[in-house]
Amino acid sequence: MKFGVIVFPGSNCDHDAYHVISKHVGQPVDFIWHRDTDLSTYDAVIIPGGFSYGDYLRAGALARFSPVMNSVKEFAGRGKLVLGICNGFQILCEAGLLPGALIRNRGLHFVCDHVNVRVESANTPFTHEIKTGSVLRMPIAHAEGNFVCDDATLDELQREDRIIFRYCDASGQVTDAANPNGSRDNIAGICNRQRNIMGLMPHPERACEDLLGSSDGREVFRSLAGTLAAAA
Amino acid sequence: MKVKVYVTLKPSVLDPQGKAIKHSVELLGYKGISDIRQGKYFEIAIDGSLSEEQAREEAQRLARDVLSNPIIEDFRVEIET
Repeated sequence: MKFGVIVFPGSNCDHDAYHVISKHVGQPVDFIWHRDTDLSTYDAVIIPGGFSYGDYLRAGALARFSPVMNSVKEFAGRGKLVLGICNGFQILCEAGLLPGALIRNRGLHFVCDHVNVRVESANTPFTHEIKTGSVLRMPIAHAEGNFVCDDATLDELQREDRIIFRYCDASGQVTDAANPNGSRDNIAGICNRQRNIMGLMPHPERACEDLLGSSDGREVFRSLAGTLAAAA
Repeated sequence: MKVKVYVTLKPSVLDPQGKAIKHSVELLGYKGISDIRQGKYFEIAIDGSLSEEQAREEAQRLARDVLSNPIIEDFRVEIET
């Protein structure tokens, strides 16, 4: 199985993602410059965190027009796996590959902290090895992580079991106090209808080593690798 | 010819920045302000190759596809000849 990490001007978690895939997943991984368009050799692509194009206009708004994004659409259309983390989630929403949008945090501040998220669905290639209801501790670092969508979209996400992570307290209770950014329904991560594209604001790739405060993020990559191994 | 594009958050979308500005303005003693919503404003210079109608169409497309996110924002286009 082969992974690709897309690099936009301003990406800054690309090396973290690369490190996790090569060291913890133990699989080949390439950086893919945003002007490259050939994704034919990859099984999964990660759109990493950072500040693509300096967050100009809106977070993720300009990255969606990079040449690689047409390839990502085509790649996802073939059922391949796409994981968007933080700015990657923002880019996927801007590109229309995931519903909703991420706006300025309720409290206005850039929030850099460890948060707890509850796994709401194990029915994705990214979470299938995690028990539903588990609490994962992962860092967040964003100013625009406030997930918004209209009532019809929220209803659809709920009905189709597409809310994958919700912000919660340490005991797994989804409360307003545990919501770091004002996201609707405490949503921290969602997937598309076909369930092969997932976006989340927390950083699993920065939570893969105890030295960094948590290794819970490895569960996401273990699931991802397990899916690809089963498909091979 | 100049095109002006105004991008505003949809009324249903919370505007934390606008709220913070309103709060500050109240502390400064400004009276009678019931709400402030922050938006974006773009000035786009159009070269001579487009008619006013073409410029409007092009600007509408630009505003819809790039300058605004239709999920959270509305836009308005004005032409200044």
